[in-house]
Amino acid sequence: MGTVVEISSGFFLLVGAFLSVSGGVGVMRFPDFYSRMHAVGVTDTLAASMILIGLMLQMPESLVVVKLILILLLTLFINPTASHALAKAALHNNLAPLLDKSGDNNAGDDSSNS
Amino acid sequence: MTIRHILYLFLTLAAFWLLNSGIYSALMLSLGAGSIAFVMYISHRMDVVDHESQPILLSWKLPLYLIWLCKEVVVANAVVVKHIWLGGRSISPTLATINVTQGTDLGKMIYANSITLTPGTVTVDVVGNQFTVHALIRENIAALKVGDMDRRVSELEN
Amino acid sequence: MIAVATIAILVVMILAITRGIVGPTLYDRILAVNMFGTKTVLLLSLLGFLMGRPEFLDIAIVYALINFISVTGILRYSDALGSTVSVDEKPEKKES
Repeated sequence: MGTVVEISSGFFLLVGAFLSVSGGVGVMRFPDFYSRMHAVGVTDTLAASMILIGLMLQMPESLVVVKLILILLLTLFINPTASHALAKAALHNNLAPLLDKSGDNNAGDDSSNS
Repeated sequence: MTIRHILYLFLTLAAFWLLNSGIYSALMLSLGAGSIAFVMYISHRMDVVDHESQPILLSWKLPLYLIWLCKEVVVANAVVVKHIWLGGRSISPTLATINVTQGTDLGKMIYANSITLTPGTVTVDVVGNQFTVHALIRENIAALKVGDMDRRVSELEN
Repeated sequence: MIAVATIAILVVMILAITRGIVGPTLYDRILAVNMFGTKTVLLLSLLGFLMGRPEFLDIAIVYALINFISVTGILRYSDALGSTVSVDEKPEKKES
């Protein structure tokens, strides 16, 4: 296997690891449920794609690559649906989102429920 | 439920089985045929085999749209990661209602899923021709109201 | 590099579990469980490559499907509860 493939695979894996950790930190740092959902979105879309693409470059064996593509497609199709269902259930059960006050930049001042 | 839909469902299921199995002995192939027949019977009973369950037949523009969507997802990821490391003070969560122009349910589904797939915006509710969207920062809502993604999804559905 | 990515995924799983324990509302906990499930899929894929056993990918596919079904099931249950239940503090409805 060429070193170019090895290096690009390592690069994808490292970027994916960084994005995953960023998403995890975002889940801990953001003030309310709805904004945490966006942080989870980062780990679900680009981080998962990067890690799986990095794994695809590791092993150029056709069935394994097909299975990795299947996992990627399942992740990309399932997670928006789950996020939407979660947000809809939360809003319908009167979980009020923490909104930015219009105009001036004082987001997160009344973060009482976090 | 036309014969074409049945054929496409059969081909999809067969490809799924063959790619996941990797063992092509007679026993495994007959088990696969039995599974496919069972799933097709259940789909027939559930009455879900129609044009909506097979978006492959949607339009030849779909690959172009997916490439554009990938670029959007990467850009949006960069923005959200930047705000994660800037901290909770830098975000401006917004809940807004946007109008959509898609005529069919499938088009609305694609648009809502695209919004949710893009980090920073989540479709919270769909009522008629209006989506309730929660955004991490206010600029995301403004970008959605310009309607670039809306126009591209509408172009898909004919 | 695979080992680095595996460690990063483990760290994220610890963070998700922390949010699941701390999370003030029911939905934070469901979100954390969902995230944990997604990371489990990635961890299974990475472990398969780390140990040289690509059969783990089949388990990862099954886990992705089960994760979706479990989250949808929990949400239908919480929808069935209706809006009469306050979601802010709900100590007895702590799903694992």
